[in-house]
Amino acid sequence: MELNAVTIGFAVFTIFTLGGGFGVVTTRNLFQGTIWLMVSLFGVAGYFILLSAPFLAAVQILVYIGAIAILITFAVMLTRSVTRIKVRYIRLLPSFIGSLLVFLILLFGITVPIFGGQLPEAAPQTVASTRDLGAALVSEHGYVVPFMLASVLLTGAMIGAIFIARDEKA
Amino acid sequence: MDNLCTGLCTLLLDGGFDAGLAQFLSLLVGVLLVSGVPLITVILLIWVERKVAARIQDRIGPNRVGPIGLLQTLADMIKLLSKEDITPTSADRLLYNAAPLVSFASVVLIWAVIPFTPFHYGVDLEIGALYFVAIASFGTLAIMVAGWASNNKYALLGAFRVVALLVSYEVPLVFALLAPVMLAGSMSLLDIVNAQSGMWFVILSPLAFVIFYVSSQAETGRAPFDLIEAESELVAGFNIEYSGMKFGMFFAAEFLHVFTNGILMAILFFGGWMGPLYYESPLIAFAWLGAKGGLIYLTTLWLRNTVPRLRIDQIMAFNWKCLVPLSIANIVAVSLALKVLQELDLAPRQLIGAGIGEMLPTTVVMLLINGAIGLYLLGILRRRGQEARREFQAASQAYAAAPAD
Amino acid sequence: MNVLHEWAFIGVFAILAPVFPALPIVIARLFRPRKPNALKSSTYECGVETIGDTWVQFRVQYYIYGLIFLVFDVEMVFLFPWAAAYNEMSLFGFVAGFLFIFLLTDALFYAWKKNALDWK
Repeated sequence: MELNAVTIGFAVFTIFTLGGGFGVVTTRNLFQGTIWLMVSLFGVAGYFILLSAPFLAAVQILVYIGAIAILITFAVMLTRSVTRIKVRYIRLLPSFIGSLLVFLILLFGITVPIFGGQLPEAAPQTVASTRDLGAALVSEHGYVVPFMLASVLLTGAMIGAIFIARDEKA
Repeated sequence: MDNLCTGLCTLLLDGGFDAGLAQFLSLLVGVLLVSGVPLITVILLIWVERKVAARIQDRIGPNRVGPIGLLQTLADMIKLLSKEDITPTSADRLLYNAAPLVSFASVVLIWAVIPFTPFHYGVDLEIGALYFVAIASFGTLAIMVAGWASNNKYALLGAFRVVALLVSYEVPLVFALLAPVMLAGSMSLLDIVNAQSGMWFVILSPLAFVIFYVSSQAETGRAPFDLIEAESELVAGFNIEYSGMKFGMFFAAEFLHVFTNGILMAILFFGGWMGPLYYESPLIAFAWLGAKGGLIYLTTLWLRNTVPRLRIDQIMAFNWKCLVPLSIANIVAVSLALKVLQELDLAPRQLIGAGIGEMLPTTVVMLLINGAIGLYLLGILRRRGQEARREFQAASQAYAAAPAD
Repeated sequence: MNVLHEWAFIGVFAILAPVFPALPIVIARLFRPRKPNALKSSTYECGVETIGDTWVQFRVQYYIYGLIFLVFDVEMVFLFPWAAAYNEMSLFGFVAGFLFIFLLTDALFYAWKKNALDWK
């Protein structure tokens, strides 16, 4: 493992991702938890850049830090006084074992079917541009069905959300 | 700045430096050069802002420190440096201190992708247009964090209102941004400027420019959308508890953001460095960009100092019921018109490098379509305005006629 | 590697960007007075003593705006590659993008009719 920009970047983003995740589960303040979550997701955006997918990184930041963080905060503020949660969860060992199990299941569940249990030799060298992505999204040989389904899903989500959240008096 | 970086890199390599170190040092120099532009401009901007505001309000403005008050900002900085920095004990220290830094950094970071001349820029990202929108979302988060970390009711209320406003106006802003991206067929800011060699996008798509202009005025929290500084109802807004240099950073970020938006609009809609003789020297190209951006910046100052503040319900209604539908209609119109023209071979398939002659039919059609949508919108707005005025008159007459309690 | 080189620039920039505003704040430490007292360090709010909790309950309208914004944000994410590929797109892809915009306009129209866009 040589020390170059990619290695350093990977280390930094791993610290962001894991540190942020650790912050989320340890803080007892909902707002601080949101900020830690954003730190973690920022690290994930960094991974996307290291994987030569800058568009996904921008999307990650735009959607999560630009929208989800604000939505979570708005949702938190709908409640009353949940800053000081008094309950302490001290079942550290069971939760540790549980999360380790989930991690192992995910690890093998993802790597074994795709790479046959071996680590891939090297990442593919071809880098798709955003333009290719756009063309693939709407081409009849590409992903036009998921693209349209996403649109239906978004419309459905918005209608559902408004239906649930709207004020009955109005 | 890329060519400069590689030049410096080879120079350092020849000087016997380690390859990684040489690369890092040349990157560092590049970053310092690029970031130097906004950091130096911001000092001047504060003076410009105050002078223009003063002139519009029939005052003189700063005129004591240095020639025509030019050194006023320096004096202010010394004053701010010597001010006590009070952190309320009930504040969340880490987030409270981080917020002004993030706020300022989010604006400076935009300058990494700004092409100053055809050959001088920080980086030419493939996703440039999306990059600066994504970076701007850090600014929104910073305001939210500042309001919350202050542990102050008014700061929190102010922050929430501002954030609701910022996210709402991001929708038309980004939809308007789609127009230049679509016309250039690329998200790179360099490509967007090059695609305007035939015709500036402000002429091809004036509506997109108007939407972008209005929503970036809102994004920077300037009048008539200046809820960010609601001193009459919220004491000050999200920054009440801040003092000294931290308070100054929020304001420096705001001033710089306004100017940055001016430069961005010059790049996206006014052809960036394009202008007579721009190819002669990078300095002329840079001067063109600065002049265009500066002019747009001055109009935003003019607007800021002449219009009153809108109520939050009016602001939100204007955004969701006027700007957003308009921006969607604009995108549909621009994309449809260009596609039809391209199929008829009246418009070039690729705008990058197109001459002014090829662009003439496109320009005429685009102007007509934009004009039609604009006039239709103005008609609706006028009718709405008349209705509102009539309602208001009826209400005030009823109020005057009613017997006093 | 070229893409990563560009992002290395952004990375160095991102590290330095918060340092610029931090510098004057840290330098100010040398000059500024430091005489905190209980009254000075209390929450200023509007000048009078604060009453009750800062955590007030916010209206649901903020959340609805947040939701509508999120939906549009995700839509824009899909439209950007579409717009970037505009010049080399087939008519089919063009119509697909149109349908996409149309469906989302529907959602906006629904929100409008249900008065979800009003600041109440």
